[in-house]
Amino acid sequence: MWLSHVFALLVRGLVGAKPQWIGCRPAPTLRIYYANHTSHMDTLALWCALPNELRAKTRPVAASDYWNRGGIRAYIATHGFNALFIERDKDRRDGDPLEPLLQALGRGESLIIFPEGTRRAQALPSPFKSGIFHLAAKFPDAELIPVYLDNLYRSMPKGTYLPVPLTCSVRFGTPLQRIAGETKESLLQRARQAVVDLA
Amino acid sequence: MNMQEKFYWLFGGILALLVLASTIGWVLQRRSPGSATIANLVARVRAWWVMVAIIAVNFFLGKNATVVLFAIASAFALREFVTLTPTRPADHLPLVVCFYVLLPVQYWLIADGWYNLFAIFLPVYGFLLLPVLAAFAGDTEDFLARVTKLQWGLMITVYCISYAPALLLVQVKIHDYSASGQNLLLMIYLLTIVQMSDVLQYVFGKLFGKHKIAPVVSPSKTVEGFVGGGLSAVGIGAALWWITPFAPLQAAGMAAVIVIAGFLGGIALSAVKRSLGAKDWGSMIEGHGGMLDRLDSVSFAAPVFFHLVRYFFEP
Repeated sequence: MWLSHVFALLVRGLVGAKPQWIGCRPAPTLRIYYANHTSHMDTLALWCALPNELRAKTRPVAASDYWNRGGIRAYIATHGFNALFIERDKDRRDGDPLEPLLQALGRGESLIIFPEGTRRAQALPSPFKSGIFHLAAKFPDAELIPVYLDNLYRSMPKGTYLPVPLTCSVRFGTPLQRIAGETKESLLQRARQAVVDLA
Repeated sequence: MNMQEKFYWLFGGILALLVLASTIGWVLQRRSPGSATIANLVARVRAWWVMVAIIAVNFFLGKNATVVLFAIASAFALREFVTLTPTRPADHLPLVVCFYVLLPVQYWLIADGWYNLFAIFLPVYGFLLLPVLAAFAGDTEDFLARVTKLQWGLMITVYCISYAPALLLVQVKIHDYSASGQNLLLMIYLLTIVQMSDVLQYVFGKLFGKHKIAPVVSPSKTVEGFVGGGLSAVGIGAALWWITPFAPLQAAGMAAVIVIAGFLGGIALSAVKRSLGAKDWGSMIEGHGGMLDRLDSVSFAAPVFFHLVRYFFEP
């Protein structure tokens, strides 16, 4: 998609989005990249940090109430970075909100998720929501890759509309170790800690 | 010689130097593979090829392309500066204005040839505007420090660096220099001397360096490197008098000023960099560090050189 190449160029020019593969190498295996969430640039930055060939098989998960409201945003999300939409609003959901994500994983597509659920204007992530636990339980073979995005909360803080150019790095950590029968709380805690360790 | 011929001779010489440097790098790497210093040297030379190619292409594209090129360089340098400087959410508006308003206007003034506003736009209007914007955001914590850092970054990375392409604005009458469009060569002269001085100081420092000039601030700078590299750069500057409006002795004097200003700029910005807790400004130019690591000496040499040329050679 030409639009995604334009975006990749734009994002590189604005925030660098230089990948640092600290704990793993780029690979076409089934992966769930999960990162801290501080700005609207996050999704684009993480997605642009992936090599071209992986990008085509990786779907960023975006909040439906922000990205899928028609107009330019929805166009960018669908054609620019091939987003999967998730419904955050409990009243507007019918059925399991994770269903489209599970289907994508079933098709062999990797995901990019932000388990905090919303943007936080801080360097370290808040506690994670449980979505990642359910995804992990249904797909025990998927690699859970912690990712830390630095500086982006300074580039485009919540409530602002123009990103300030800042060099941001995207750090990929070691795949989270899977422990059979682990409780939800323990996994969420470990997953978050893995992101914090990259900070 | 007309301007094209001068350009071919100059770039022929630079090309020969690059071939020589690449050959030396290749030989050294074969002799001691795995040496980090040599790997860095080779990376630096490779980056030089790219930078020289960009300047050469830009020469044929002319004045506006030069202005755009430096505007982009300034934007990257400012990005590096802001990345290393702690900012708060309240700084967002002033930052947006720096990148999307002040920087483009400053370079547009050069393209437009509006010297009087170019010279005061950032030191007067930019300087006064930034604290106002920051104040309206209503966050007083570290206010003075935050605003000062922004003003400082803007002055170095935009105002000072913009003096290099601003050399296109000077009207030198000697030998119809400016009328025949040779100011682009004057800018390349400045860049060549600054960069040769940096390179030669590095080489002399590595070969003969013993006495550190500023051990805390800039541990790689030595007396031997500065004297050897600086004198050689002045020699090159004198030998290149034919691309400038200067007589050979005047060219040597100008080159000396460029070398000294560039050297002092390197020291001052190194202190700034270290106070922000970094060794390099960034990593976008392989082997060299960031954009600002390459342009730190230019940012000090360009304004001084510009005003000397304007004072002495503009009737």
